[in-house]
Amino acid sequence: MTIRDVKEILGAEVLTGEELLDTVVESGCGADLMSDVLAFVKHRTVLITGLINQHVVRTSEMLDISCIVFSRGKRPGEDILEEAEEAGIAVLSTPLTTYTCCGELYMRGLTGAKQHASVTGAAEEAGR
Amino acid sequence: MAVMLEQVFQVDKGAYETAGEASMTIKRTLKRLGIDASILRQLSVASYEVELNLVIHSLGGTLTLTVDPDKITLISKDVGPGIPDIDKAMTEGYSTASEEARSLGFGAGMGLPNMKRNATTFDIVSEVGVGTCITMTFALH
Repeated sequence: MTIRDVKEILGAEVLTGEELLDTVVESGCGADLMSDVLAFVKHRTVLITGLINQHVVRTSEMLDISCIVFSRGKRPGEDILEEAEEAGIAVLSTPLTTYTCCGELYMRGLTGAKQHASVTGAAEEAGR
Repeated sequence: MAVMLEQVFQVDKGAYETAGEASMTIKRTLKRLGIDASILRQLSVASYEVELNLVIHSLGGTLTLTVDPDKITLISKDVGPGIPDIDKAMTEGYSTASEEARSLGFGAGMGLPNMKRNATTFDIVSEVGVGTCITMTFALH
């Protein structure tokens, strides 16, 4: 799936990164908690979020996330869009809710980002 | 072996606006050096987490990047307040972050475990009233 497909499926508007629309994306992540996003290291991911601040872009840059979709019709300010442009990240805005975005994309084959095993919890206990 | 690069970044307490800028600079610098993308992604996540921790939890500190031919080292050193119980702090889901940090999407109690997961080696030393020092290395080969 390309970012262009994501745009069409979600009826989204491209706010920045028109030139990135042919970039391939392989997984999706819906979250408002950037701490959780940081725990999902996978590239070529689309991040769908209702949270708007610079840290959404900075977190995405750290993870090589190629596309951010702001749900529920939210639109970030110019400062955030400039930061995304500089980082080479496409930014879309859709009227759909985060839940619906995830459902629509998942149904068309975009799977979830894989979570890492816990380093402190039950998974490690089980492995001992 | 000779150190190829060393950079020190000052990170201030409560500087939410600029939090992450040191990590962005580090990522862009290392990208120019041609560091492998997957190692760079892991290092960037750990760097961002540790930088946010300095902003959210510490009284201020520094982030030091050292590049050697075989590894990259990141050291976060702050001037307090120190962590009373490191085992508790290392537990996923445990957090003492402020409402402000949480409103920005952080403070889920994933930071320290996520650093440990992404680094090749992870070491944390902390003393209440003195400060915390986290040393992470990332093997290049």
